[in-house]
Amino acid sequence: MRIGVLELQGDFEKHHQILQTLGMDSIAVRGPSDLSELEGLVIPGGESTTISLLIDRNELREPLKAFADVHPVLGTCAGLILMARKVSDSRVNPLGILDVVVCRNAYGRQIHSTTEEVKFFEDENSFYSRATMIRAPRIESTGRNIEVLGSLNGHPVAIRENHHIGLIFHPELDGVTIFHELAFQRVKQSQHDRKSQTYVT
Amino acid sequence: MSKGTYEVKVGLAEMLKGGVIMDVTSVEQARIAERAGACAVMALERIPADIREDGGVARMSDPSMIREIQKAVSIPVMAKCRIGHFAEAQILESLEVDFIDESEVLTPADEKNHIWKHDFKIPFVCGALDIGEALRRIAEGAALIRTKGEAGSGNIVEAVRHMRTINRQISRLKECDEVELVSEAKDLGAPLSLVQQVSKLGKLPVPNFAAGGIATPADASLMMQLGAESLFVGSGIFKSEDPDLRARAIVVATTHYKIAEKVADASAGLKKAMKGLDISEIPDEEKLQERGW
Repeated sequence: MRIGVLELQGDFEKHHQILQTLGMDSIAVRGPSDLSELEGLVIPGGESTTISLLIDRNELREPLKAFADVHPVLGTCAGLILMARKVSDSRVNPLGILDVVVCRNAYGRQIHSTTEEVKFFEDENSFYSRATMIRAPRIESTGRNIEVLGSLNGHPVAIRENHHIGLIFHPELDGVTIFHELAFQRVKQSQHDRKSQTYVT
Repeated sequence: MSKGTYEVKVGLAEMLKGGVIMDVTSVEQARIAERAGACAVMALERIPADIREDGGVARMSDPSMIREIQKAVSIPVMAKCRIGHFAEAQILESLEVDFIDESEVLTPADEKNHIWKHDFKIPFVCGALDIGEALRRIAEGAALIRTKGEAGSGNIVEAVRHMRTINRQISRLKECDEVELVSEAKDLGAPLSLVQQVSKLGKLPVPNFAAGGIATPADASLMMQLGAESLFVGSGIFKSEDPDLRARAIVVATTHYKIAEKVADASAGLKKAMKGLDISEIPDEEKLQERGW
């Protein structure tokens, strides 16, 4: 599979590493022409204000929305903020791919950044995974088509809507591959042996 | 729950990649930087070019100006403390700055020791001339390395020298066998375990950014092509004739550093860059890069 990683600013390199671990071709996306022939896209972590400005300066807003109508998109942290319907900060203009309202830096500055063990899924396939949150956003509300994959202290940390996934944390920093697999390999929940999830370093 | 771990510190450094971190001395400049697309700002009272000109002892900034800048922008706010001045670092941590730069731009407070950065919950960035210095700082707990360059000079030559030196040393370490790495560690004055890691990874174990003398979009492209993963721009923006325009142009050139046409467009009509200094005009005792060890 050919999966793009939006390379305007942020931790795109770590996402390339995860995709390559999964045997996918990972392609840098910096302009509209880079989106052709891709089957999915990652919007990485980074600074959401910066990425938002650069989406417009590189004329990527409409092409990204059109791409998301057809292909799966995975967003981590700033990527989730950009995929939201609404963000509680006018400095970010989100793409409206996921029906959620997101608050930026809701947990405070870097000193409050943390790694937690989070339980994902509530059925027989549930599993625990590390979740590293860096100046993380909070999902304040979710639309009715949003599936919550995992929560922490009453707030969703991982959500899915159709084929898109949004995470407030960074699986790419911990070498956790399963969310990229869920987004791009369309693995059915029941078919996936979650105990075999891989950590890469 | 684990806050302040080394992984969480390096995590923020990862988030800053592919971006531009700009020195700002006021709320107004911080807002200009944020609107231009900076991925973080460095709050300080005087930019390096003015510190160089004014002379005297350069210290940590007034906490009230750091707080004002934290209120004004949503991107990470960094601040500088003097080399070895762990009390200044404690103050900056209590202000909840996102990153501390233990910086040679300020007057060193300790002639022998840097800060033991593992004691802190927030990450540190430190400058390095070569890989030995970079690994010593990482051993002390730095989560991010930047070239020293020559701050406030507007001259890219020193940053290029430092980046090329580090690249060359990494290439060499990659080719060494186990026993040669022991000898290299001795010569570099760096811990063997980190030297072994660099040899295996083929890069530093933390992100490696460029700083010190970046003044134009072409400088940004040059440093990114030499392997910098992000850029610190100090005096280059707010000492130029049109800071807003130049800040945006440097951001564009950092994203599209490989595409000469885009860097050319970004470089066009920028008005005057900062004047800059030839390195030979700076007496050795005034070179900021000589501070730290």
